[in-house]
Amino acid sequence: MAHLVLSGTLKQLAGGTSELDIDARDVRQLLRQLGERLPALAPHLAQEGYAVVIDGEIFPDAWLQPIGPDSEVHLVPPIGGG
Amino acid sequence: MNDMTTPGLANKEMKIVGTRPLRPDGVDKVTGRAKFGADIHVPNMLIGRVLRSPHAHARIQSIDTSKAQALRGVKAVITCADFGDLPSEFIPAGEMMVNFRDMTRNVMAREKVLYEGHPVAAVAAVSEAIAAQALQLIEVQYEVLPHVMDVAKAMEPDAPLLHEDMYTIGVEPKPAKPSNIAKRVEFGFGNLEDGFAKADVIVEREFATQPVHQGYIEPHACLASVSEDGQSELWCTTQGQFIVRAFCAKLLGMEVSKLRVTASEIGGGFGGKTVVYLEPLALALSRKACQPVKMVMSRIEVFRATGPTSGAKIWVKVGATKDGRITAADALLKYQAGAFQGSPVQPGAMCAFAPYDLENVRIIGFDVVVNRPKVAAYRAPGGPISEFAVESVMDEIALKIGMDPVEFRLKNAAKEGTRAPYGPKLGPIGLVQTLEAARAHPHYQVPLKKNQGRGVASGFWFNIGGETCASLNVGEDGSIALVAGTPDIGGSRASLSMMAAEELGIPLERVRPIIGDTSSLGFNFLTGGSRVTFSSGMAVVEAARDIIRQLRTRAAKLWEVSAEEVEWADGHARLLGEGNTKSLSLAELAKTAGKTGGPIIGNAAINATGAGPSLATHVVDVEVDPETGKVTILRYTAIQDAGRAIHPSYVEGQMQGGAVQGIGWALNEEYIYDDKGRLQNAGFLDYRIPVCSDVPMIDTVIVEVPNPRHPYGVRGVGETPIVPPMGAIANAVSHATGVRFTELPMSPPRVLEAIDSKH
Amino acid sequence: MAKQHVTTTVNGDQVEFLCTTEQTLLDVLRDELYLTGSKEGCASGDCGACSVMLDGRLVCACLVLGAEAEGRKVETIEGMAKGDVLHPLQQKFLEHAALQCGICTPGVLIAAKALLEKKPDPTETEVRYWLAGNLCRCTGYDKIVRAVMDAAAVMRTA
Repeated sequence: MAHLVLSGTLKQLAGGTSELDIDARDVRQLLRQLGERLPALAPHLAQEGYAVVIDGEIFPDAWLQPIGPDSEVHLVPPIGGG
Repeated sequence: MNDMTTPGLANKEMKIVGTRPLRPDGVDKVTGRAKFGADIHVPNMLIGRVLRSPHAHARIQSIDTSKAQALRGVKAVITCADFGDLPSEFIPAGEMMVNFRDMTRNVMAREKVLYEGHPVAAVAAVSEAIAAQALQLIEVQYEVLPHVMDVAKAMEPDAPLLHEDMYTIGVEPKPAKPSNIAKRVEFGFGNLEDGFAKADVIVEREFATQPVHQGYIEPHACLASVSEDGQSELWCTTQGQFIVRAFCAKLLGMEVSKLRVTASEIGGGFGGKTVVYLEPLALALSRKACQPVKMVMSRIEVFRATGPTSGAKIWVKVGATKDGRITAADALLKYQAGAFQGSPVQPGAMCAFAPYDLENVRIIGFDVVVNRPKVAAYRAPGGPISEFAVESVMDEIALKIGMDPVEFRLKNAAKEGTRAPYGPKLGPIGLVQTLEAARAHPHYQVPLKKNQGRGVASGFWFNIGGETCASLNVGEDGSIALVAGTPDIGGSRASLSMMAAEELGIPLERVRPIIGDTSSLGFNFLTGGSRVTFSSGMAVVEAARDIIRQLRTRAAKLWEVSAEEVEWADGHARLLGEGNTKSLSLAELAKTAGKTGGPIIGNAAINATGAGPSLATHVVDVEVDPETGKVTILRYTAIQDAGRAIHPSYVEGQMQGGAVQGIGWALNEEYIYDDKGRLQNAGFLDYRIPVCSDVPMIDTVIVEVPNPRHPYGVRGVGETPIVPPMGAIANAVSHATGVRFTELPMSPPRVLEAIDSKH
Repeated sequence: MAKQHVTTTVNGDQVEFLCTTEQTLLDVLRDELYLTGSKEGCASGDCGACSVMLDGRLVCACLVLGAEAEGRKVETIEGMAKGDVLHPLQQKFLEHAALQCGICTPGVLIAAKALLEKKPDPTETEVRYWLAGNLCRCTGYDKIVRAVMDAAAVMRTA
């Protein structure tokens, strides 16, 4: 069960919801379920290509990255560099 | 994916890592032998040149290339008709999401030109002179439109509109009318109202920064060769040969594997060479002419038409208690993206307050288009701009409550476990260590004289990992060919070879590193995001460990024991157990490799994760001449957490280089446009980057708080150094003059005006 | 218009080439003689990446016409090492890590060599002002200055 924390733009799109528990084994499941539970987020998630932060570590594209039973998960925009 | 946190050598004494050997590619660079982008000549080569818009904003009514095509010696002419229109599709690249519909228009204008210098057509001819002549013969009819250059003006409701289909994303409900505001982003948590209510001191300021160019000394250059069957070769100066391949294949409708891209030596990038400009044009010309086409930008073209970083307007408000605890922090960022969306406002917003441990924080950012060249990444994209503003306000707060600026930062410093403004908790970071080192440094005690001031600023940048491949090929004599896929922009071949040699237990001289082309390795994300020592290093270490496993197995077979009875130490396979003296060197095992199973190679293909942020604190002393407004940098100390410095000289080099770029950004660099949106200072004479006599020695202190996610504890270091300088220098100049500076650059006329208006 | 025929000496070797009137010495070195060690950073004499010696004088090759090399002596980065022995400046640049991307390095080395030939014992300030015509964006100049001072010391004792 991942504990997902939403802040900023995503929280607004989610109508103010800042925390939710999602039963997901990996990142792909999490994103799919998030899109289903909060449809307003779905197009935004697809377009922006969010990176998933699991217990403090950033995974920019890792659909199959496992999410633990007590993981704290955040979504952040992908960061590149110069 | 292998677990790269296995201690391995992390706790052993290092023989090579941490020392300062000569870089393996160095001799070629000091003798002029090294080949950069423009240093290539091939038989039958044509020269390509670009026709660029003279207008900042105009509709293209018609383009007539017939006269140019008829000119003797011209072999191909292209316009947007030679590129397919691409739908809006975002993919991550650099720190921005790349939209191919925008990219195809940026490399070659379609309906409109959106900045002076925007490519409109290109030619390939047998000589430079004929190509230039051909450009003159191309007739373009423009309908000139009103233009907008300033981010605040571009946000106004009646501003000239760049894109009729731009409706601000991130705003609910979706706006009814299009505008120049591409996106709104927001980060933060807590309750600002409560936070500010608790504050004894509140400082609120508005800041403005100008676009600045990455300033690489080597202009963009490439050579493309497309065969009659569509197989293509591209040589170019780039930070990412795989990215170039991906972009060009998409823009030209080619299969990725048909295009082999080789990265030349690169004469500076800093993020500006993570995009394509000439490359798709050269390929399209070569495809038409069936001859190789070389294209090189002039310096004027580099300034007119290649991405600088954003200029911005920034508003920051911070509240703190009188004993120095920050209670609330709020910021509004307006970044200009240039002609197409994609400024680094997002990372800028995420980084702005990141060095601080906050309970109540909010950052709102806007990505705004204007009629300037499309912005490209520049070292810690977005971060230096927002952090300049924040560090200035923090300095004012500290001053108001009578607290030393370093003590103030220590009191509020982000640490392991601090919740970053963009959401997640931070892992181990070294900010506190850099602040303590600043406080203890002799620089901090040097007495200041009249007209002198000292400024301090801290800085945060994320660093990234990413897709990375590396190969280590063991030669028959036991020497190693190391193939990395990330172009070497700062000496990374040295650090990668050092890590390989350290793992294998062999002398550094036995490793020869090269940067492979796109056919030699699996996908590598570009060199950028301070990722190479971290990611390519991780891949090299994994490849080396793979080889060691194979070598132990080969030795075990020769000794007729199991592999578990064989260890690898000091470059040798050794039979474990009391009294056993059996050992075989890498060279000995390599010699018999053919007979024990075949060639020995180590490969790694990873998506490196676990990159840790690098934090820094800079201290600068300045003297301001009250008669001329000139700011002289008297002394500069850069302190940064490198995790672990593989080759300290190159870590220092990153710190010094970034600091001096920051000095230029703070004191002199800016774009000057006329009222028609045409660039007036498109050259190094008037776009003034720091020269040798402008700066003193840049003292460096490397702090090491190892990153537990890398086998050697490496953090990226390349970008963070450019984050603190503007804040530190603005603080120093403010202290020296008694006037708070909120606009960059702090060039002599501006400083003089500010000082004079004070009296 | 017919090209100019030029005979000159480059790094001690007599060379001949054809060039147009407009071609600069830099164009000629790079595109006719394939000596690509001298670099074009700006083509307007502001960056110093094309620094060469012309009759013993430090010049920007982009500000000299190819035809002007007739009968003169040109020295470029390719002639700085003697066989496989690097010049002390080249050696010290490597030891001090005074280069990162390396694009400015040939120009800086030629300029530094010119300085040390005129002034074997320069102060840090003199080195900085002499090299003010050689732009570097990577290093911040710190290690470059240290390398030049160190090479000067070595050359004084040689």
